[in-house]
Amino acid sequence: MVRGQWPENLPTTDDREPTTHMNLRSLTIDAARSAVAEGKTSATELAESYFAKIESDDPKIGAYLMLSKQRALAKASEIDTLVNKGEKLPPLAGVPVGIKDVLITKGVRTTAGSKILANYIPPYDCTAVARLESAGAVVLGKLNCDEFAMGSSNENSAYKPVHNPRDLSRVPGGSSGGSAAAVAADMAVATLGSDTGGSIRQPASFCGVIGLKPTYGRVSRYGLIAFASSLDNIGPFAKTAKDTAIMLRTIAGRDPMDSTSAELPVPDYVAELEKPVKGMKIGVAKEYFGEGLEPETRAAIEAAIQKLAKLGCEIVEVSLPHTKYAIPAYYLVATAEASSNLARFDGVRYGHRANSVRSLSDMYRRSRDEGFGAEVKRRIMLGTYALSAGYYDAYYLKAQRVRTLLTNDFIEAFKKVDAIVGPTCPTPAFKLGEKVDDPLAMYLADIYTVTANLAGIPGISIPVGNSKENLPIGMQIFGKHFDEATILRVAHAYETAA
Amino acid sequence: MKVTEKDVTYVADLANLELTEQERTRMVRDLNSILGHVDSLNELDTANVPPMAQVSDRFGLDDSKQGSDRFAYASRDDVREGLRKSLPHDVALANAPDSDGTFFKVPKVIEK
Repeated sequence: MVRGQWPENLPTTDDREPTTHMNLRSLTIDAARSAVAEGKTSATELAESYFAKIESDDPKIGAYLMLSKQRALAKASEIDTLVNKGEKLPPLAGVPVGIKDVLITKGVRTTAGSKILANYIPPYDCTAVARLESAGAVVLGKLNCDEFAMGSSNENSAYKPVHNPRDLSRVPGGSSGGSAAAVAADMAVATLGSDTGGSIRQPASFCGVIGLKPTYGRVSRYGLIAFASSLDNIGPFAKTAKDTAIMLRTIAGRDPMDSTSAELPVPDYVAELEKPVKGMKIGVAKEYFGEGLEPETRAAIEAAIQKLAKLGCEIVEVSLPHTKYAIPAYYLVATAEASSNLARFDGVRYGHRANSVRSLSDMYRRSRDEGFGAEVKRRIMLGTYALSAGYYDAYYLKAQRVRTLLTNDFIEAFKKVDAIVGPTCPTPAFKLGEKVDDPLAMYLADIYTVTANLAGIPGISIPVGNSKENLPIGMQIFGKHFDEATILRVAHAYETAA
Repeated sequence: MKVTEKDVTYVADLANLELTEQERTRMVRDLNSILGHVDSLNELDTANVPPMAQVSDRFGLDDSKQGSDRFAYASRDDVREGLRKSLPHDVALANAPDSDGTFFKVPKVIEK
């Protein structure tokens, strides 16, 4: 790692014309790769088109925190050399992708959306990013997110908010708001995000794209800046189920650097997409259609379920009886783990250090006070409280027991069905500023997503319609542990049905 | 009110945070609001429910094996040099706010 290799700061507007006229709107992974392979464009030209698009459109959206032009153009040039020599191209050759800024990238500043890491240049690469690049992907830059992935609206980014590309007055969701917005606004073909309580699925739903949270253990967490280690997952955002499958196939699988990554074979998710869904049993849990679910969202989900029935799926009612306890259990487990994980930010080895301190302990405190934002402090405080002497049994241990009940709910339901569907969120995207002063209201918006993290099961959000205000509505599909193939297949069948 | 200003001061101390007067007032309000919601967990009798700390000790195991061998993938034989070499000194220190080239430097630990 060389300190001199700082990537360019986020550009403001630029009058440069795109060097190619690829239609970025509908560009999928296979289309991008074919265009490069067939010489319709070069990987370099394609990357330049995306940079031009970002430079023209991102000032009003705010999806990128940092562009990694040097790294992107070096990779693109490597792909172009392969093309020119007529050599075999890797599966993502020249495909421009963006990376959430909680995934570390060697030599490219990584902030986790926090001031405390404002100048952090990681010395190694996150496994998922390294796997994408080995497969030929071109990393355009680092995407905005809530600070340390803590938030549901992206408003906790220490740098700037992200505006929903569909309606700039609304949030893109969070915490992976930049990752969802970048795909929705054609500023990357696909992106990576992280999901600890819905941080991939909820923004995918709000921005009208696909977002997949894999099974815990399916994708290595090595190089993911930890929020809550037993709940954190890395997963993809894309425009189509097929692209999502390609992304997952690329990043999934055992990694010796993460002992919780499972030693299980990775199916060919793309090949699995084409298997029929006829006869598949799809569960619908009544607990996901209760109070708080907006009527328009409910109607869109019910219509989507009807469509699955028309495709030959058998719709089966199931029960997830402990669902209403998911939010309190989640916010205790997640904050307890966060309070421990974030203890490492102390101004010694990396990150912000306060000036003119009186002592070592004064340095810790003031560095953390100055470096962390309000939501991060709130969660550290809640987690520390839940773990502290006298409260451990009543809060943390209690939440872990309820986690077992929530997990058993899914195990029981999956004895009867192959997948479970429901809304991703109770409402479409809300307005910027709407919930910023009420942390509990913000937490309650995660009601349908946190359960998958507690249980460790995979979940995908797919767009299934729009509200009257033209805001996207997402349907969530849950699968059994390590059965991403089935939920991707349902997503693909829904998407390709007339 | 479950959480008092005094609790907030105590917990902030445990968490190595200082917090301004304003932040403390807000923290009392927010923690009480959240913990009020959390109380619903007490409706559940969990006396005989085991706690779940991890997903990976229950799912994704090698079910063809018995007992602790099911976790065998999560351990490995010692590798002398580790899975990868340690970071070189200059790289490990490159992000340090203060170092002398060999060690991380911090203010004096012993006060007074």
